[in-house]
Amino acid sequence: MSDHEQRTPVVLQGLSENDPHLQPASRNPAQVERVIAVCFVAGILCVAGFGACFWVNAKPWTLGATLGGGLSFLGIGLVAWGKYLMPQGPFVEERHVLANSQDDRDALAASIVQRGGGVVKRRKLLGGLLGGGLGIFGVVALFPLLRSLGPLPKQTLDHTDWRKGSYAVDITGRRVHVGDLAVGSIVTVFPEGTQNTDRGQAVDQTVLIRISNENFTTQKGRETWGPKGYLAYSKLCTHLGCPVGLYEQELQVLVCPCHQSTFNVLNGAIPEFGPAPRPLPQLPLYVDASGYLRAQDGYNQPVGPGFWERS
Amino acid sequence: MSVDVPVTKRTKRQAQGPYGSIGKVIDELDDRLGVAKGGRTFMDKIFPDHWSFMLGEIALYSFIILLVTGIFLTLYYIPSQALVTYHGAYLPLDGQRVTEAYASSVNLSFAVRGGLLMRQMHHWACDIFVGAIVVHMARVFFTGAFRKPRELNWSIGLTLLILAILNGFLGYSLPDDLVSGTGIRIAFSIVLSIPIAGSYVAFWLFGGNFPGTAILPRFFILHVLILPLIMIGLVGAHLFLLVRQKHTQFPGKGRTENNVVGSPMFPVFMAKTTGFLFVVGGVTALLGAFAQINPIWQYGPYVASRISYAVQPDMYMAFLDGALRVWPSWSFHSFGYTIPFEVFIPAIILPGIIFNLAFLWPALERKFTKDNALHNLLDRPSNRPKRTAAGVAILAFIVMLFFASSTDLLANFFHVSLEEVLIAMRVMILVVPLVTYPITYKICKELQLTKGGGKRKTPGIVTRSEEGEYASTPSPTYVDDVHSAPAPTEVPCYIYPAPEETEELGGTRVVDR
Repeated sequence: MSDHEQRTPVVLQGLSENDPHLQPASRNPAQVERVIAVCFVAGILCVAGFGACFWVNAKPWTLGATLGGGLSFLGIGLVAWGKYLMPQGPFVEERHVLANSQDDRDALAASIVQRGGGVVKRRKLLGGLLGGGLGIFGVVALFPLLRSLGPLPKQTLDHTDWRKGSYAVDITGRRVHVGDLAVGSIVTVFPEGTQNTDRGQAVDQTVLIRISNENFTTQKGRETWGPKGYLAYSKLCTHLGCPVGLYEQELQVLVCPCHQSTFNVLNGAIPEFGPAPRPLPQLPLYVDASGYLRAQDGYNQPVGPGFWERS
Repeated sequence: MSVDVPVTKRTKRQAQGPYGSIGKVIDELDDRLGVAKGGRTFMDKIFPDHWSFMLGEIALYSFIILLVTGIFLTLYYIPSQALVTYHGAYLPLDGQRVTEAYASSVNLSFAVRGGLLMRQMHHWACDIFVGAIVVHMARVFFTGAFRKPRELNWSIGLTLLILAILNGFLGYSLPDDLVSGTGIRIAFSIVLSIPIAGSYVAFWLFGGNFPGTAILPRFFILHVLILPLIMIGLVGAHLFLLVRQKHTQFPGKGRTENNVVGSPMFPVFMAKTTGFLFVVGGVTALLGAFAQINPIWQYGPYVASRISYAVQPDMYMAFLDGALRVWPSWSFHSFGYTIPFEVFIPAIILPGIIFNLAFLWPALERKFTKDNALHNLLDRPSNRPKRTAAGVAILAFIVMLFFASSTDLLANFFHVSLEEVLIAMRVMILVVPLVTYPITYKICKELQLTKGGGKRKTPGIVTRSEEGEYASTPSPTYVDDVHSAPAPTEVPCYIYPAPEETEELGGTRVVDR
């Protein structure tokens, strides 16, 4: 297209019909026209095929292929038509100065400052009252808007539904018996009654891991928390609250699949790696007379990610 | 009445004047609305031709595809968290208790004709939309198109990028599958991490503690109505400013600060751009047909106590996910209060800094270069080495964060420990931008010295003399490659046009090779 580049840009309006700027860029328009016609025919066939595929309820990929092919062929043909067969110019257009003269600017400023400002200045009391009223309305309007959106957090984030004596049940609601888990097994448990609720699933979820057959102490002061080798930790990652769903038995770690925080199961689930700042809270367990696993008490701290009021 | 003039097609046509029925319509319209002058100006509006101006069009057209396919999806999607038992076309899920949102998303994929294609096109168009905005923004940045008088349009575009990312996240969350539900859980925890107000804001947004009952209906109305309305308004404003201020253009033959050289709106630009709309739609449809994206039936429904391996967000959220992965576990805890810095800094402060820097960049550049003139001619990136180097360094930083969101996949792929990958990413996120800055700066400086850098090569003509000696003479340069020398302080400001003769003296030179 060196021809195109040699030409000087001209103004579009008032060109004579046979001006070279109005001629197509292509040196061989007839040939290009044939190619474009082929594109359009292919596009028409594809689009019609799309209708046919839809009609007979063909596989989704045939719908996409015919629609995509049709649009692409029609589009490529149209772009080629514009690029090779339409007036190629180049044309030039002047930019009009958007800025106005200083007088015009001053006139606008004057009408705001003098006419408008004068009115307000003369009636300071009215202006102040109106402004104050609107300001109060703006602030007051926020309250119902925000308060309707949801409840206040209060102590919701501080507690779970685990209570003294809560039975640990699995997701089907079956109580976990001390003989249920083999050493090295893991199951997600909930306080009985919450396994089907949103809150139970999202907040109370707890991993129950059996690491041995003997009572196990993870940290000082937790001597009775792991009866018969059962350890229970909150399943909510202390980083962002993802379920800590990966249990690596050989290394005895729990891994969060979201951001790879790793918690040491044998040592009170303190974070060994990754962005989690705190250990997973441990739930103190006991085995009752019938052999069921129950909670000695609720968690001694809020579970899950950090927040301002977390003391 | 008059019998001697027979009413034929020809006489009718003559009665309508030289422009036929179109002319008649224009007459009638102009009587009432006065459209002739403005309409002609619009038809004759000149668009400069450069391939890089097409990037914004990709964004615009994928937005249109999003609207069209999105309207289709709203007809079948149900934004409800009520539990139903799934009995549908996808047998592995048969009999499972799932939310209506999930069931309707699976149903519209399998039971509605064209539904799967529309869903996949919608998701692909979203990724293309955000990607095209970023690339378009990079073009505007590196060529200096954001400079005065276009700072406002830069801000509008940037707002559109943020809204696009936000709306992408909301839409991604709607099917209520296992992966997207985990994403919402993370979003809740991020809001929770804001000091003082965090728990209140999170409870208001979600209508209670996670998961609450309000998420899907609220996300739905935000995703399909409120944010799209705002975005349509902003896209309109973006295009209006573009028409009002006219396009920028690269320097070249006959191109000055005070004109635009290119093709007219009608018919040339209109044909090309409409064709391009079809091509973008076609490519999206082909992707939707052949490249599977977000197979929610494989992930399963969201259950808060379940999780999938290798959880990753869509590509436009990846830089945030990467930041969350590499930031150390520094939590502040004192006086009975907690500030979760391990979340607050990478997820809120960091994107805040990045986007605010982008918003302020035009003003910062004006301040530091003391260049307050109006600019309509674009920079070659190498002629602004500091800006280019800074842009490349910031991009490198974001790209590194992007890769950091795949630490687990990288560890698996290279068979190295997760810890090593994480430490390597932490180092690279800091070092790579610091290294790319001087390298880019140096490359720009070198490019400035290259004679005719960026210009097309002209053939050298090799001749052999009678004595048998070979000689090479360069052929003439393309006329279009004549360019005006960059002289930022001398760039004419078109409010106060410089005297005529400076145009000649202004340093136009032929680049000889």
